[in-house]
Amino acid sequence: MSAMQKLMGWIDDRLPLTATYKAHLSEYYAPKNFNFWYFFGSLALLVLVIQIVTGIFLTMNYKPDSELAFASVEYIMRDVEWGWLIRYMHSTGASMFFVVVYLHMFRGLMYGSYRKPRELIWIFGVLIYLMLMAEAFLGYLLPWGQMSFWGAQVIVNLFAAVPVIGEDLSIWIRGDYVISDATLNRFFAFHVIALPLVLIALVVVHLIALHEVGSNNPDGIEIKKKKDPNTGIPLDGIPFHPYYTVKDIVGVIVFLMVFTAIVFFAPTMGGYFLEANNFIPADPLKTPPHIAPLWYFTPFYAILRAVPPMFGSQFPGVVAMGLSIVLLFFLPWLDRSKVKSIRYRGPIYKIALALFIVSFVGLGYLGLLPATPIATIFAQVFSVIYFLFFLLMPWYTSIDKTKPEPERVTG
Amino acid sequence: MKRVKTLLLLLLALPFAAVASEADVHLDKAPVNLSDHESLQRGARVFVNFCLNCHGATSMRYSRLQDIGLTEDQIKDNLLFAAEKPGELMKVAMTKAEGKLWLGAAPPDLSVIARSRSADWLYTYLRGFYLDPSRPTGWNNTVFDKVGMPHVLWSLQGEMAPVYKQEGEHQVIERLELVKPGSVTLAEYDAMVGDLVNYLVWMGEPAQVQRKQIGLIVLGFLAVFFVVAYYLKKEFWKDIH
Repeated sequence: MSAMQKLMGWIDDRLPLTATYKAHLSEYYAPKNFNFWYFFGSLALLVLVIQIVTGIFLTMNYKPDSELAFASVEYIMRDVEWGWLIRYMHSTGASMFFVVVYLHMFRGLMYGSYRKPRELIWIFGVLIYLMLMAEAFLGYLLPWGQMSFWGAQVIVNLFAAVPVIGEDLSIWIRGDYVISDATLNRFFAFHVIALPLVLIALVVVHLIALHEVGSNNPDGIEIKKKKDPNTGIPLDGIPFHPYYTVKDIVGVIVFLMVFTAIVFFAPTMGGYFLEANNFIPADPLKTPPHIAPLWYFTPFYAILRAVPPMFGSQFPGVVAMGLSIVLLFFLPWLDRSKVKSIRYRGPIYKIALALFIVSFVGLGYLGLLPATPIATIFAQVFSVIYFLFFLLMPWYTSIDKTKPEPERVTG
Repeated sequence: MKRVKTLLLLLLALPFAAVASEADVHLDKAPVNLSDHESLQRGARVFVNFCLNCHGATSMRYSRLQDIGLTEDQIKDNLLFAAEKPGELMKVAMTKAEGKLWLGAAPPDLSVIARSRSADWLYTYLRGFYLDPSRPTGWNNTVFDKVGMPHVLWSLQGEMAPVYKQEGEHQVIERLELVKPGSVTLAEYDAMVGDLVNYLVWMGEPAQVQRKQIGLIVLGFLAVFFVVAYYLKKEFWKDIH
């Protein structure tokens, strides 16, 4: 027995290292028919690591102080060795996290990855998405630019719309009557430690749940139903390592090419990743004429604005916005189709999903613009489609004509 | 299905068409060229001589001007009016409170002004001052109405007066006309403002030239790495059908 094997034996008697490696990599059997859409899970993990590592280095030079914050970011951009690279990786990473997660969620919608027995994977995923939104919102205050300040002002004021307790609630969140140094400090604390801890824990649970039931695939059939009688290994399953590790490396490189092209050649992405107005230091006395959230929040912002105030309160809009996310949790039980994958669904679901995507993208676009009367009408139409996609799902998925699923995975 | 897709595409395109924003103020194209070190150096000189009396650039160190080809001695001898050492930040003596008291609003810091205002905006703005007796400073601006800043460069450009045209019920400024020549011609003035804006764009992010150079190397590396990874994947997946 070699020294290495001895060492491994010593460890395995005390820690299930080899067993864990086998259960999650070398003997985790994934369907062999993953396509393009299956890159985004591992890419989301990559972006999470990028965000944590660059974030740690940013905190070494960033000052969470309303007098110093803006200048400390510029200090990072100019005087810290490679500071500009670290900062741009972090700001690009924030937007790319949402790009990757939106594509990952769309994959789930297409292939029914949220369906039984993967309801919990989906629920943890939605929780990750929620945490990610909170994390992005908190982090956006830190550069202490005009958009940081006024964006936070708008969002915290949403809580003020809650009946009865709203006013006190918003003061409690800010720690002050306005967004101030106290707000910046607590947002910093939540952004760099509290939410990342929760986020990592949720990602771990998401993966444990995934590896318990096994991955879905583009055909939406269970590979565990057809196993080799001798080995007990699914006939259409292949070990995650080495097959999907080498495949994911290719995906990672293609992703990094896009990522670095943005970081090095277009870090502001024409104002979508870094807004021009955020290069103006926060000024509590000067409200910008147009406050637009970052692109990944705009669909929900558009829903918020689409609902007219009722009884002199913005609260219905806030409820609609909250509901638009809460509905995602119920997706596994709203879908009554006999099949999971879009490949075997009928035309109704295909049209419904297409309309949903059009509405979501449309809302995202409208959320970037000032609310003109015509834009509001479009936002209202899209919002209704958004909600109907979920609320009518039990009905239209059960009457939809499905095609028979194959016995084994295809392609 | 195809018809459905076309319909959906049209539906998606509609709001874009319906709410496309109306044209803003016309901006002239700024001649930005960050590889033109001479232009950047001329711009730096104009900046230090004219802007750096009221506006600071408090994130910018004088010594960073070495990136645009100036030596430390050149910086010390020609540009260091408000500081002792080249390692210092470009600060001004006027405090924010004084600025507010004297000028109505504190002059903004210009470190990243080219990132919040576009180069074209700055180029048009600095050439857009005109005489307006209704303003306390006597000056107004075509792209920044009722601006608090007076025309600091007037002795160079000279005095411009607006020529109006009727548009519906409103009178709008059609163009500006030179009524009293300054010490340089208008073409020379435009070139000088061009250099200044070029400098402001560079100062907004001094690392941007280096950033793009490194980016090419990184992308080149990834392209090579991609080929290796692609064939590695192909080799491993040979036996999967």
